[in-house]
Amino acid sequence: MTRTLMEVQGIRKKFGGITAVDGVSFEVREGEILGIIGPNGCGKSTLFNCILGQLPPTEGKVMLDGDDVTGLRPSAMNRRGVSRTFQLLQVFPQLSVRENLVLAGQEHKGTMFTRLFGPRDAGLTPDANQMIEFFRLGHLAEEKAGGLSYGQQKLLDAAMAFMAGPRMVLLDEPAGGVNLTMLGHLEERLRAMNTERGATFVVIEHNMDFVMRLCTRVVVLAEGKKIAEGTPAEVRANQAVIDAYLGH
Amino acid sequence: MMNFINLILSGLATGAIYALVAIGFTLLWQTSQTINFAQGEFVMVPAFFVLAALNLGMPLPIALLVGLALSMLVLGVLFKNLLVDPMLRHGVLPLAICTMALSIFLKETVKEVYSAEASPFPSFLPEGNLIVFGATISIQSVSIFVFAICAVLALQAFLARTSTGRQMQATAQNPYVAKLLGVPVKRMIMYTFLINAALVALASFLISPVYLAKFSAGETLGLAAFIAAIVGGFNQIRGAIVGGLLLGIVDNLAAAYISTQYRGAVPLFLLIAVILFRPQGLMGRAEERTV
Amino acid sequence: MSRSVLLKTFGVLIVGALIFLPLTLNRYGIYIMSLWAIMTIAAMGLNLTLGYAGQVSLAQGAFVGLGAYTVAIMMSAGFGFWLPLLIAIVITFAVGWLLGYPALRVQHHYLAFVTLAFSTLVFLVFRNEEWLTKGIYGIMGFKRPSAFGVSFQKPIEFYYFTLGALALASAFMAWLVRSPWGRAFVALRENPVRALSLGVDTRRYTLMAFAIGSAMGGFSGALYAPLVEFVDPTPFTLALSLNLLMMVIVGGSGFFFGPFLGAAIGVLLPEWLRFAHGWYLTIYALFVMILLIKTPTGILGIIENMIAARKTRAASAARAAASAGLDKV
Repeated sequence: MTRTLMEVQGIRKKFGGITAVDGVSFEVREGEILGIIGPNGCGKSTLFNCILGQLPPTEGKVMLDGDDVTGLRPSAMNRRGVSRTFQLLQVFPQLSVRENLVLAGQEHKGTMFTRLFGPRDAGLTPDANQMIEFFRLGHLAEEKAGGLSYGQQKLLDAAMAFMAGPRMVLLDEPAGGVNLTMLGHLEERLRAMNTERGATFVVIEHNMDFVMRLCTRVVVLAEGKKIAEGTPAEVRANQAVIDAYLGH
Repeated sequence: MMNFINLILSGLATGAIYALVAIGFTLLWQTSQTINFAQGEFVMVPAFFVLAALNLGMPLPIALLVGLALSMLVLGVLFKNLLVDPMLRHGVLPLAICTMALSIFLKETVKEVYSAEASPFPSFLPEGNLIVFGATISIQSVSIFVFAICAVLALQAFLARTSTGRQMQATAQNPYVAKLLGVPVKRMIMYTFLINAALVALASFLISPVYLAKFSAGETLGLAAFIAAIVGGFNQIRGAIVGGLLLGIVDNLAAAYISTQYRGAVPLFLLIAVILFRPQGLMGRAEERTV
Repeated sequence: MSRSVLLKTFGVLIVGALIFLPLTLNRYGIYIMSLWAIMTIAAMGLNLTLGYAGQVSLAQGAFVGLGAYTVAIMMSAGFGFWLPLLIAIVITFAVGWLLGYPALRVQHHYLAFVTLAFSTLVFLVFRNEEWLTKGIYGIMGFKRPSAFGVSFQKPIEFYYFTLGALALASAFMAWLVRSPWGRAFVALRENPVRALSLGVDTRRYTLMAFAIGSAMGGFSGALYAPLVEFVDPTPFTLALSLNLLMMVIVGGSGFFFGPFLGAAIGVLLPEWLRFAHGWYLTIYALFVMILLIKTPTGILGIIENMIAARKTRAASAARAAASAGLDKV
């Protein structure tokens, strides 16, 4: 029986009169790739933001490895080994690809002051190079991230999420806007991360095919509530899910 | 004790003027993310429009109207179209810095074009004194207070009771949602700039007879506007009113009971204290986490 | 000629001019160049706060004043120059840290107001506390420093002293900006949300940038005192803070050499526009507004855009040429 890494209990988020997330609970098991899907506006991104501390939830708890991490700020969550990618691309355009990767990992090395007096790359060049190789960005290592294509930036974004050696990575719409070839490449690299390094993922996605191919387990949301949970096959056959999607 | 009441009452008068300036400042921030560091100079300039009109031989009422119209044109329309719109796409802070340059520009231009000396400004308010609660107070102070409060109440009524006013409120609270709801957001924002120009012009006409028209008048007035707006609560017009009145009273009391050297320090301490301990101001709501 | 060779030649020419030009100038010209060096240091500090950490500070002038007064007061009390210099840096760093600690907890634009209020307060203290600062009468009678037997009394000697100080400050900035902190600063400026999600403690870095920037202001003030040999409150008003801000903006905020360029313009413009008498500030303010409207990244930003545009055009042309070649197949 694999260990539960994260537990989300009864998360509710209200914005004034609107309830965006209405009592959602699920768990994330170590080593799995969990997908969270649902029609547009079902509260996926808000749920993510509540888990990651971007927004404090109105109600509910988030437990990470037994510790209550509800409402912890994003930087604190990151230091506990939870990292994320963003739906709207958020790489640092003025820095090179390698610099982006070093930045993604440097805050985990030593303290602020030891870093100041230590080496300029905080000793992360080998790790960065490894990541560059793994995601096949070698020819772009010195390029400014702003000059990369959208798909390449997505790969960089994913790579950055791994630099700190996280226990769990939350991917926010990783397939959005990516062409088919690049998508296949991304999917394959993510699966490799999972099998080779035992990385645990949670993926929010629209793209049903991508999720069904990549994820080992899926949670379905609609109108802020969880309506189904199970393997991709189980979920695909679930009537409630079909209704939710067709109803839109 | 009478002196104290006197101070409070005249403090309310100056405070009402601060409130006018702070309201405009807050409105600009709410509707278009404009932090107008030149707001003090905006209060200084209309008086000089009027003085120029007077020099051309116009009678006072006409000159005041001309001053108001020019203010709305220059400090409203031109300010928005030539400076704010082009700068907003660069961001909030660059716009704020641009208004700092604008404040220098306005101040120095008035100094060169008109004069570095203080000029007397005619008052359109009655002279004389009143006895209120046993204290003597000038009719001018009372009139200033009444005038300013009427303007504020008129503005409140406009915002709450007319459809345009409600549309402006919607724009102030959330421009994106307002646009989705069909509010002509751009026009609403222009109205805010025009209202600000009118408010600062009125403030100018009320305060210049007392403190004279001088190119450097903007420094203290601008600071007063910022302090009033922030102390009151940067997100609300009600806050600007409360902040302005409070500041007027505090300022007056400080002038009387604290050394002249440090009287200017009291409002500053008030500002620092509010920002540190209650950044949402006296009337404001706590902001969502700033991340 | 390749770009890097061009840049290096340009750099050598500038450094050469900085070393040899003053030998041809009169006393006033040397004073202007010393003033430029000192203002550049203060502007570099503000550039760290504004250009790298994205915070608007209207107190840099006050920190310059704090540095100047610390040195003037201590030197009048009999200390040499070096200890007061050190104390000035420590005090301004500490004050910057204390001021920034609570002020940076709130939204960005509030720091501008807090520093505005602080600036005005500090000026009042300078003017009123005669027992310490001699108020409007000012402090004088302290000498210019000397080190290792070399005296920096004469204008030209003091100029080289300030130039050395500028070199030191630049080396420090360069080291800071290229360290992991520099990377964090860039992240902070470009995308604070993402930076946070990567574990960057944005608050602490911003606070350090503000405190270090203020300390550089103090350092510059400590040099200003022996330059003018008389310290009174008049130069340390809000106008100085605004001036320094304009210098950073005009040169290019966030660019390493922005402050150098901005300070040169800020110090030289009053001289060039002398014919315009009182209008020079109006012209300067107008220039700043127009520049900002065109681009918020200053003159160096404009140059960078031009270079990038040229690169893109060259790349498009190359691509067009390449695809034209393909058609022939």
